[in-house]
Amino acid sequence: MKKVILGLLVLLLLSFALMNTLSIAASGNVVLLNVSYDPTRELYSDFNAAFAKYWHQKTAQTVTIQQSHGGSGTQARAVIDGLEADVVTLALAYDIDAIYENAGLIPKNWQSRLPYNSSPYTSTIVFLVRKGNPKEIKDWEDLAKPGTVVITPNPKTSGGARWNYLAAWGYMLKKAGGNQEKAKEFVSSIYRNVPVLDSGARGSTTTFVQRGIGDVLIAWENEAYLAVNELGKDKFEIITPSVSILAEPPVSIVDKVVDKHGTRAIAEAYLKYLYTPEGQQIAAKNYYRPRLKAVARKYANQFTKVKLFTIDEFGGWQKAQQKHFSDGGVFDQIFQVK
Amino acid sequence: MHWKPMMVRIFLISMGLTFIGLFLIIPLAAIFFQAFEKGVAVYWASIREPDTWAAVQLTVLTAAVVVPLNLVFGLAAAWAIAKFQFIGKHLLITLIDLPFAISPVISGLIYVLCFGLQGWLGPWLAAHNLKIVFAVPGIILATLLVTFPFIARELIPLMQAQGIEEEEAAVVLGAGGWQTFFRITLPNIKWALLYGIILCNSRAMGEFGAVSVVSGRIRGLTTTIPLQVEILYNEYKFSAAFAVASLLAILALVTLAINILVENKSRKDIQKSLG
Amino acid sequence: MIIKQRSILPGFGPTLGYTIFYISLILLIPLAIMFLKTATLSWPRFLQTVTAPRVLASYRLSLTASFLGALLNGFFGMIVAWVLVRYRFPGKRLFDALVDLPFAMPTAVAGLALTSIYAGNGWIGRFLEPLGIKVAFTQLGVLVALTFIGFPFVVRTIQPVLQDLDKELEEAALSLGANHWQTYRKIIFPTLFPSWLTGFALAFARAIGEYGSVVFISGNMPLRTEITPLLIVTKLEQFDYAGATAIAVVMLILSFILLLFINLSQWWSRKRYSAA
Repeated sequence: MKKVILGLLVLLLLSFALMNTLSIAASGNVVLLNVSYDPTRELYSDFNAAFAKYWHQKTAQTVTIQQSHGGSGTQARAVIDGLEADVVTLALAYDIDAIYENAGLIPKNWQSRLPYNSSPYTSTIVFLVRKGNPKEIKDWEDLAKPGTVVITPNPKTSGGARWNYLAAWGYMLKKAGGNQEKAKEFVSSIYRNVPVLDSGARGSTTTFVQRGIGDVLIAWENEAYLAVNELGKDKFEIITPSVSILAEPPVSIVDKVVDKHGTRAIAEAYLKYLYTPEGQQIAAKNYYRPRLKAVARKYANQFTKVKLFTIDEFGGWQKAQQKHFSDGGVFDQIFQVK
Repeated sequence: MHWKPMMVRIFLISMGLTFIGLFLIIPLAAIFFQAFEKGVAVYWASIREPDTWAAVQLTVLTAAVVVPLNLVFGLAAAWAIAKFQFIGKHLLITLIDLPFAISPVISGLIYVLCFGLQGWLGPWLAAHNLKIVFAVPGIILATLLVTFPFIARELIPLMQAQGIEEEEAAVVLGAGGWQTFFRITLPNIKWALLYGIILCNSRAMGEFGAVSVVSGRIRGLTTTIPLQVEILYNEYKFSAAFAVASLLAILALVTLAINILVENKSRKDIQKSLG
Repeated sequence: MIIKQRSILPGFGPTLGYTIFYISLILLIPLAIMFLKTATLSWPRFLQTVTAPRVLASYRLSLTASFLGALLNGFFGMIVAWVLVRYRFPGKRLFDALVDLPFAMPTAVAGLALTSIYAGNGWIGRFLEPLGIKVAFTQLGVLVALTFIGFPFVVRTIQPVLQDLDKELEEAALSLGANHWQTYRKIIFPTLFPSWLTGFALAFARAIGEYGSVVFISGNMPLRTEITPLLIVTKLEQFDYAGATAIAVVMLILSFILLLFINLSQWWSRKRYSAA
């Protein structure tokens, strides 16, 4: 019996070891792992193909890019806990900051290493309404009206939802006579109209589109376009508010991982390719607002002009997170008074 | 028969069946309905998609490792618990039951705390270039934890009820331990054992919560079938998601079919041994 | 653990040793590490984390919905088990087999299917909505999901006992002039009670921890439809590992006590039964 047990143990360990070598499975070509958030699935499947072609022409090396998508916070946590991402492309800087703070896998100044705060493309927050806009939703104030049913995900679990929340807050701040008190009251009345807080942006889209719940979905601009194109041009309309937030989804290489894998050069090239006209074009095609002026001009018709403010209005992500979304923060208070 | 028991009977049957219908049959029907909503061609295409196929392979691999390990554990645990008296038995049985009650989220989390980069063994594993979480071993471990009670729990009550007389007789007559087990015990428990294996297997293939915490969701590499369902659903490919989900539903149905066969067979066995 | 009584059967040492080794490796050591992680919190901080208003609200929902779900299962499970054991009707084997479906179906798939059925535009939801009953994205939805996943426990624990139940005892009671209801109350239910309790408690314990099927249907509104496992996930999303494990520890202790209670009560009732 002892021998059997011992044998089983050895078998167990061997099978684990074998599977490790299998999962590494590095043959001649280079493998990059891009850990990203939910709405970038379509963007990166296009971009990866383009980059692989570009890299093969340049170096004759074959590169395979593996993708992982999920909620931005979940993905950051996976990287912190040892998911060996060569590059991270997440929804907000706070999540990449967390990789520095909790694991030290990247330097503190990661955001200044690439142009435009390391955000090669931007987006903004818009509204998706049902065809014909029966509730006549034009701007943020219509979302706070009693009787309007608003769908947005939970800011505690979704990066996109935090942009939504801050966009509404900032709108009130920017308005004539607006202040922090009024903004809190305004955001509270919007969340009073929310019947479902899905855990992620895609969950909210499904609730709005598939389950038929709600008059208006607050969403990333690129998500709204994708939903309209994938799920029915004849059923939904996009409404752009007068003022919104400039959402900057940042990217970074993960230094400790690329040094271990020996993939620093290619990972850096991968991110830089996002800033080239080709990369910017792919971003624009997937409804992300490009940074390059030339590309932006070409796609000018696609994006409605909107007055944008940035996260600096809130003193940066660390402060915004602390004040609004930490336990006992403003978001929690909104629900406690209810 | 009086009219009253008859009424009671009809009332009870219809009540029981309505409950089963509302809670079990309609959800099952909904999955297949949505899977085939866009036609058989779409159904086939979504199942044969490479990432889905990779997920199927990983799921089968996981079950192939998990089920034998839990089988050995189940037999050992049932033998120790059912055939011997010792102090702390109830504690041990409770520990075996625990995975039924642990939230799947916690089951995944504890392995991340052990083997994650910030965890207990993480730095050592990283230094030796061993990957446990966010790789196949982590998925297997989480699945092991969630499914280890199934076989043991199926065997323990049966072996307790059967007692130890037959085995004792065999040992007195000079049979060795293994001989006793294979000749006496195994034939007595084979159907319960098979049923336990089947349940363990279907649970191993269908586990979502625990696996999603340790998987890392790398496309075509660390996604199992339930995770692939979620991915497809989040890509607005609803028909494809339900098509892949229907694979698991079919597995569940096959499980149930085998269950019926097993019961028929064991009933016949019992009749044979009686008559 | 010590052997109380000598047995001539071989294999006690290795099998018990292996059992304990396996459980330790897979369950106990990882759990211990989780407890250690929680210990990084100071005691007041721990209390504050596990008694925050949102967390308290989630215990309330998780416990009441699980309890009600287990009760529903206890009631209907009893009827289904009775019907399956005592009556004959067409398709009985099929229905019997279907009882195991919630064990075999992955929870996320169950959650998606239930949500699509019970949403306002779903197969069942569209009939309930005009009556003013909303299921998906309310506490009722949580109850539906938790009832679904716990259903097999009660049926499967009662069935074998019911099959073994002595029919003569019932017939004797009936012939002595007891009516059906009295027979049921005085004879059948007391015999079934221990295993009913086991099934009930297993369904209850399983429901408290359930995550996959509930998050799709619950709507996740703070203080109203957030279940406790969701709060663990929420804490993790904010990189608050200690906070997450603190709630996990509370849940774990709760389930452990529940299970220990079942196993002891079963042992106790069996002892009483054999002593009588």
